[in-house]
Amino acid sequence: MNGPDRFEEDESDVPDDSGQQAGDPLRIPMPRASVEDSGLPLPEPADLGDAAPPPVRPVLEHPVLKSLLGAWALAACSAEEATAVEQHLGECGACADEARRLREAVGLLQRPESLDLDPGLRTRVLESCLDRRPPRIPVPDWAAAYDAETARLDALLQDFGDAEWHAPVRLRWFRGDEATSRRTTVAGVIAHLLSVDGLVAVALGLDDPMGDVTARQPTPAARTEAYWRASHFPPTRAMRAPWREQSHHLVRTVSFTGSGVGRMPVPYGDFELPLHDAMLDRAFECWVHAEDIADAVDYPYDPPSPRHLHRMIDLAARMLPTALAHRRRTGLAAPARHRHLVAAGEPGRSLRLEIEGSGGGEWLIPLDSPAAKGSAEHEVAHIALDGVEFCRLAAGHVPPQEAAAGQVGDRDAIKDVLFAAASLSRM
Amino acid sequence: MAKKEGPPRWDRKMQQRLARGEAAALGELYDRFASLVHGLAHRVLGDERAADGITREVFVHVWEHPDSYDPKQEPLRTWVAALTHRLAVQRLRATETEALTLEGSGTPEELEHRVRRASVAARADYIVQSMPAPLRSALERAYFQRRDYRQTATDLGITEDEARRRLRLGLQLLSTAHDTQAPGAPPGFGGAA
Repeated sequence: MNGPDRFEEDESDVPDDSGQQAGDPLRIPMPRASVEDSGLPLPEPADLGDAAPPPVRPVLEHPVLKSLLGAWALAACSAEEATAVEQHLGECGACADEARRLREAVGLLQRPESLDLDPGLRTRVLESCLDRRPPRIPVPDWAAAYDAETARLDALLQDFGDAEWHAPVRLRWFRGDEATSRRTTVAGVIAHLLSVDGLVAVALGLDDPMGDVTARQPTPAARTEAYWRASHFPPTRAMRAPWREQSHHLVRTVSFTGSGVGRMPVPYGDFELPLHDAMLDRAFECWVHAEDIADAVDYPYDPPSPRHLHRMIDLAARMLPTALAHRRRTGLAAPARHRHLVAAGEPGRSLRLEIEGSGGGEWLIPLDSPAAKGSAEHEVAHIALDGVEFCRLAAGHVPPQEAAAGQVGDRDAIKDVLFAAASLSRM
Repeated sequence: MAKKEGPPRWDRKMQQRLARGEAAALGELYDRFASLVHGLAHRVLGDERAADGITREVFVHVWEHPDSYDPKQEPLRTWVAALTHRLAVQRLRATETEALTLEGSGTPEELEHRVRRASVAARADYIVQSMPAPLRSALERAYFQRRDYRQTATDLGITEDEARRRLRLGLQLLSTAHDTQAPGAPPGFGGAA
């Protein structure tokens, strides 16, 4: 076999973005570049042997020539070496056979296809499986959103290179009535999720991802700052594995602890949530920060599935009365001219929160006391907004004054509820 | 590219957890292998929805029959890839046969040729993903970035001898994608893992 043999090859086997065919002699590199650039016609493959010999022709032995076969097949050796290899192939049957195999193998190299899987596919596939064989140990309903959101974020991270991991991200939330923010990177956001998810891990008796690092307070923000500070280097892509491992571990652990444990309190430092709400809260934070990350690297990112979005909105709606009470205690809420306290469990003055779009619904928010019951008879105001908009408000990503909400009724009540929603946000 | 192969312990535990009916294990299995499964199916079938369908079939099969995997025989990844390959090629052959019967397009020989080509392409993908990272990165440099072997050696901080060795070995592994397959057991999946 003489010359660079052009093996049979279908057009469709050639990576279309490489611009050149795999076995094409045009790809022989450097030394021939000058010939190509000169605009002169390229020598026919059969003429290669007759090309002017280089000044000093290297004398290459069989083992060296053999070792060159891979580079030769890839057109990744010098012209002199290619010529020497090709001459050798005429004389050595074993090398000729191997050369042919390797050339054919080059035709099989393909760029990996885009790995962007439809995130909805996971839910559909898992549901098909669980329909066919019901699980003996299911993932509790209240952990399903966390399972889905962590999987979606992980899929987003999959193809990130260093540039993406170190892309700047600004975390935004409300403190009091003030918008506040903190600069970090994509990897820093994952470190944040890891350290705050760790609150749930600790409550479940799992290892604290903080390890020896101690935070001044056991709050999400203090833990995050301590974790960031403890490393001499900015966080890197290495954050992904421990974050993902912990999130898998949490889903697995709550599956085993059963539904009874859903009410177990998870301390967040200055407040606590029952486990089932904490898992929803972590799902919500995971989505919010996944959007921060997606924005930072200019990727599209969809809202959660309607079922999960509904649960997240429900959690925020249930937390609103306490947030309102907190605002009143700290003097942020408008003095309640019409406020009248009622006994615990009795219907009280209420605002109707109407959430539009998939995952939406209606909630009656008791305004004057977390202990009161929301009541349609005592409705004093009504606001309507889109589900995703409401979540952005509760995440501190939309200022309450600018939330696109239809409003009817008591303006002070409406303002208090919108500001209380923003106050649910934290780092 | 491919993640590092987990320890066999992971495979064994996973198999036990699936057998026990733990839904969380199924989720983890999906998270680890979905892009491999979908990518291989897509390489064979060239169609997004068909690849989605194969992905579902593969995970349903593993979930319904966790005992059909034997951790002592091979890594779970290899087994899942071979299962995907088998189901995808079956699907391709069925679709192509239907087209042949209904529209009379092409000959049975052409059909076999197309099926075989798709099958080899998918096996080649798997071999590249599963080969040791040093071989893969040498091939990537020489082929996709058009570096010659001396530049590849410099890029990777290795000797020129080593660069030549890696390119040759990588292609040798890749060429096994062409090997004739025993029914149901494509050698590419066993050999390269």
